[in-house]
Amino acid sequence: MKNSDILTCFQCGACTGSCPSGKYTSLNVRRIIKDSIKKDISDQLDLWMCTTCYNCQERCPRGINVTDAILSLRAEAVKKGHILPAHRAVCNFLIETGHAVPIDEIHIIIREKIGLSEPETVRKYPKALKDVKKLLESTGFNELIHE
Amino acid sequence: MKEFSLYLGCLIPNRYPGIEKATKLVLDRLGIKWSELKEASCCPAPGVFRSFDQTTWLTLASRNIVLGEEKKTDLLTICNGCFSSLMDANNILKNDSLQRVKVNDHLKKIGKQYKGTIEVRHIIEFLDKEIGTEKIDQMIERPLKLRVAVHYGCHLLKPTKERKLGDAEYPLFFDGLVEATGAISVPYEGKNSCCGAGGGVRSAMLETSLKMTEYKLQRIKKAGVDCIVEACPFCHLQYDSGQVELAKSGKVFNIPVVHYSQLLGLALGYSFEDVGLHLNATRNPEFENKVAQIQKKDASIK
Repeated sequence: MKNSDILTCFQCGACTGSCPSGKYTSLNVRRIIKDSIKKDISDQLDLWMCTTCYNCQERCPRGINVTDAILSLRAEAVKKGHILPAHRAVCNFLIETGHAVPIDEIHIIIREKIGLSEPETVRKYPKALKDVKKLLESTGFNELIHE
Repeated sequence: MKEFSLYLGCLIPNRYPGIEKATKLVLDRLGIKWSELKEASCCPAPGVFRSFDQTTWLTLASRNIVLGEEKKTDLLTICNGCFSSLMDANNILKNDSLQRVKVNDHLKKIGKQYKGTIEVRHIIEFLDKEIGTEKIDQMIERPLKLRVAVHYGCHLLKPTKERKLGDAEYPLFFDGLVEATGAISVPYEGKNSCCGAGGGVRSAMLETSLKMTEYKLQRIKKAGVDCIVEACPFCHLQYDSGQVELAKSGKVFNIPVVHYSQLLGLALGYSFEDVGLHLNATRNPEFENKVAQIQKKDASIK
């Protein structure tokens, strides 16, 4: 874990107490911060129960960027191949269409019905979509999420 | 006022086009010059993509920002997720020269360059700062008189040191805009709690995300409101479709969900259909009748 800020954590638990997800799930932000200093927690599903609401980061009395730390831990997990199937699907949508949520047939019809033309996004401009694909190739994203 | 580029993202044009229509109607009525940001891609969404790979997230966000730079216009977002990705990326690229060099190396391959010449705005803070509640209040001749549960959504306010929109525990500016339409912002427990959708939780763990939504809906119901008003299509989706999903296990709330663009549209005299509220998954005839009654009285001013 590169984020040296987290070494100043004194385990007060304000993060866990502020967590909307932890109310219902096994996500315990305090423990994640503690464990991540000592060991590799890339395979923990809890990492993906965070909605990134930033309550923990806002309320941390040590000023630790807690949510950013979770994002870093997630990135490490992804590098090691821990990717949930639904997230891989969203990534593939981005690679194929330039959108995390691409348009579908129903919404093409709904747009017409309410008098809206085709969205002015990459979908309408093939050259722009090609550019997006080129960038994803260039940053190594395709390779990163490849099964 | 200078022209703005309207950045729509994915969810608004592709799932809730009613919000797109309402926004365009409202911007025109307020005399704000805008044009769509052509060729835009996904912002990309902060939940999955920022978690997966910072460089990919920054690079794709920078391309959208550069499209605005080429038009010499600031970007106007109507989604907290788009606001979060594009504003955070813009701040990082403006202040971190190492990241800027890295991103520009990728952008070079498509003949583009990030310069750092524009700002990223969100319609709520934009209307508050550039138009103001007083002017909006004056434009509305007869008030909407609805009891409203305002939901800011996490990424409109946080991280506060990036957003610089004031306190995230007791924010006021969105409530002010809602009340300018004649509605009453009703306080409720857990007002600043998350809707449950973000961070890739909705896509991968629907049940978990719905537990957080249920927490909110229970408290909103208790406050006795006519509708929820939010500022983000992902919160909109989570509350609107989420209620259909919760109803499958017998948890019925039936609380209408309204994006601020749609609420303002109604207050300016546009119909329920004009602002696309008939496209919501959660429909409540009582609410629709109430709005129709208010608008009947308003017919003369449309």
